[in-house]
Amino acid sequence: MNGNIIAINFPFIVVALLLALGFYTIGFKRNLIKVVIGVEILESAVNLFLIALGYVKGGYAPIYTLAPKKAVGNMVLPTPQALTLTSIVIGVAVSALMLAFAVNIYRHYGTLDVTRIRRLRG
Amino acid sequence: MMEHLPALMIAIPLFGAFTTPLLKKRQNIAAIWALIITVITFGLSLLLLQEVLSKGIIVYVFGANKPTLVLPSGYRVPVRIIFEIDAMGAFMALSATLMSFIGALYSYSHVEMETGLEKYYALLLLLEVGIIGMVLTGDLFNLFVFLEVAGIAGSALVGFRNYRGEASEAGIKYLMVSSVASLMVLFSIGLLYGQYGNLNMAYLSRQIHLDTVDMIALGLLFVSFAMKCGAVPMHYWVPDAYTEVPAGINPTLLVATYASLYALFRVSFSLFGAITWNMARVGWIMSILGVLTMFIGVTMALVQKDVKRLMSYHAISQTGYMLLGVGVGLTVLNDPAKLSAFGRAAMAGGIFHIINHIIYKSLLLMTAGALFYVTGTRNLNEMGGLARKMPYTTIAFIVGAAAISGLPPFNGFASKFLIYETSYQLNPLLAVFAMVTSVLTLASFVKVFASAFLGPPLEKYEEVREVPKPMVTAMIILAILCILFGLFPNVVLNKLIYPAVDALIKLAQYQSWGGLV
Amino acid sequence: MNFTLLSPSGFWDPVLWLIFLILFGIIGYIIYSRGNPSYKPNTEQVKPYLSGNVEPSKEKIMVRAGDIYWGFITALDEYYVALKRMHTGDLRDYILWYLGIGAIILFILVGGV
Repeated sequence: MNGNIIAINFPFIVVALLLALGFYTIGFKRNLIKVVIGVEILESAVNLFLIALGYVKGGYAPIYTLAPKKAVGNMVLPTPQALTLTSIVIGVAVSALMLAFAVNIYRHYGTLDVTRIRRLRG
Repeated sequence: MMEHLPALMIAIPLFGAFTTPLLKKRQNIAAIWALIITVITFGLSLLLLQEVLSKGIIVYVFGANKPTLVLPSGYRVPVRIIFEIDAMGAFMALSATLMSFIGALYSYSHVEMETGLEKYYALLLLLEVGIIGMVLTGDLFNLFVFLEVAGIAGSALVGFRNYRGEASEAGIKYLMVSSVASLMVLFSIGLLYGQYGNLNMAYLSRQIHLDTVDMIALGLLFVSFAMKCGAVPMHYWVPDAYTEVPAGINPTLLVATYASLYALFRVSFSLFGAITWNMARVGWIMSILGVLTMFIGVTMALVQKDVKRLMSYHAISQTGYMLLGVGVGLTVLNDPAKLSAFGRAAMAGGIFHIINHIIYKSLLLMTAGALFYVTGTRNLNEMGGLARKMPYTTIAFIVGAAAISGLPPFNGFASKFLIYETSYQLNPLLAVFAMVTSVLTLASFVKVFASAFLGPPLEKYEEVREVPKPMVTAMIILAILCILFGLFPNVVLNKLIYPAVDALIKLAQYQSWGGLV
Repeated sequence: MNFTLLSPSGFWDPVLWLIFLILFGIIGYIIYSRGNPSYKPNTEQVKPYLSGNVEPSKEKIMVRAGDIYWGFITALDEYYVALKRMHTGDLRDYILWYLGIGAIILFILVGGV
């Protein structure tokens, strides 16, 4: 019974682990590129959470064309899949812009150490 | 056209944003095209405000046969993306379009010498689309998408002057804060969808009950929107972003911050309204955050030497006034005697302060931009004696500084008066903090005025002239608005603000889509 | 049309305030105009008297912005040292503060306090 609960909630346990890992990477790593990767880990955690929400046990892919007979009425929820696609696209734009800023920072400051990119402080 | 107004308000600036990069060869034409689009959007938002004030909540369903088809035949839950515009949303849309117009007018000559201007104006229009989408929508995931659009466009504009390293540093800081906050908002949206199976805010507000998962969603939404609007102690990105952004974008970026404040109010009053109605701790959290924000913002502002950084710390401190005013109203929401005695007036003070602050803070930041344009530096230690050479800028600065300190007869006094009186009745200590903050605000603006404008004229600024006409026009328009809102405050209150307060308090109207269902 | 702003325990009438301001301004101007008419602008009269010493250049004598509130800032020195140590400018601290306050607010809302 104990193993069954872990098996059912396994995606959500992975989401919690990825969230913790993402926040650890943003909060405690010194290289700016690693901080950007931390944001991307957070993004994957939230996307995994959205997809795992929509699962129906024994469900089929939510496509009506050429669907097998017993699949109608037994499909996985399609809305979280749409939300995840939107979120992935937004994540691409954010990552691209962050990396462009990181390249420009390297050109002007000569370093990627977060503790030295601090000209705007106080 | 009247029934398709909400869709037009998104479509016209979006069309402008996508056609502006085509005007790469002639950059003045890009500026004029952006001006035309922002004027048209401002006119549309005035029409929208008039519609909402006369007919109640406007509902617009995207993709249905009729725009008000919330529940199609055979459905018991709402489907499709629904825009639900009440008086508060129309009020925020009005301030967003007005500030984009003023910003585009100011930018016409402020960034004339830079390159890549077609991208600048395209990003300005995209930022405006993001803000208008956030305040008009009635769907949670739509709110997230427009929040991200505003965040990405805003941070690209913060890093616009990429020949300076500090601009890219400010850009990446703003983008990091914005994307972490938006990801946590998406996480809570996922939590709410998993619980109830629908994303429409009015439908969700009927179903929400007191449950641990819902409380976690409320906490995450509250903290993420509080970070995005600059509440202490998560305010560190505000001075960096507001200093490095070109001064013509400052009005619109300010409204983007207050659109997140609007989202915070929408979550506390409408989405979770059934729970916060008798849970006073949410209102107390908001009021305590407000008081902390006010005090730390203004004491950090006193020691700054960079003029735009000083003004952005003041922006943080004035956000505290809004949080305090609306927090007082939220705390007494379930007590009808106290609500009518001082709760409603406190919320009116807080919401009136939003538009007052947007007007005078944009004015002050534009005068700081004018100082930068003329002297080439933002360091107050090097400026002096500019009052005789730039008379219009000086007058605009005096009006703005008097308005932010709460001196009569300008508009800052009218909203601060309401906040002082009503927060005193909840707890006298809150009003004490508010007044001390006002005094310290006046002190720091006297410092800026004395060091930049007064004093003997220096030799290195001998041939300084007044800034070009579009910049002066934008500043004088805002100064006139400051004076008008201060002389006739009850006209603004009765027509704009009290309908917005009632739209937030009356949950039943919002839940039934204005009586449609 | 009624121009008064009514609050729960008082009122504020800006037009009345302006009328009184103009009235007192006129009274003040009448008193001012009966003053000493011997001021001649832009002549030797307006130069500062320094006992015959040479007047230093304006850059040396102007009061800079950083010196204006020296007394106030030095009196609150411990507060400002603590505050400035909070504002590091380090990108990671922005997110760590968010996590800390998020944890506190979640704790209060879920019912710990």
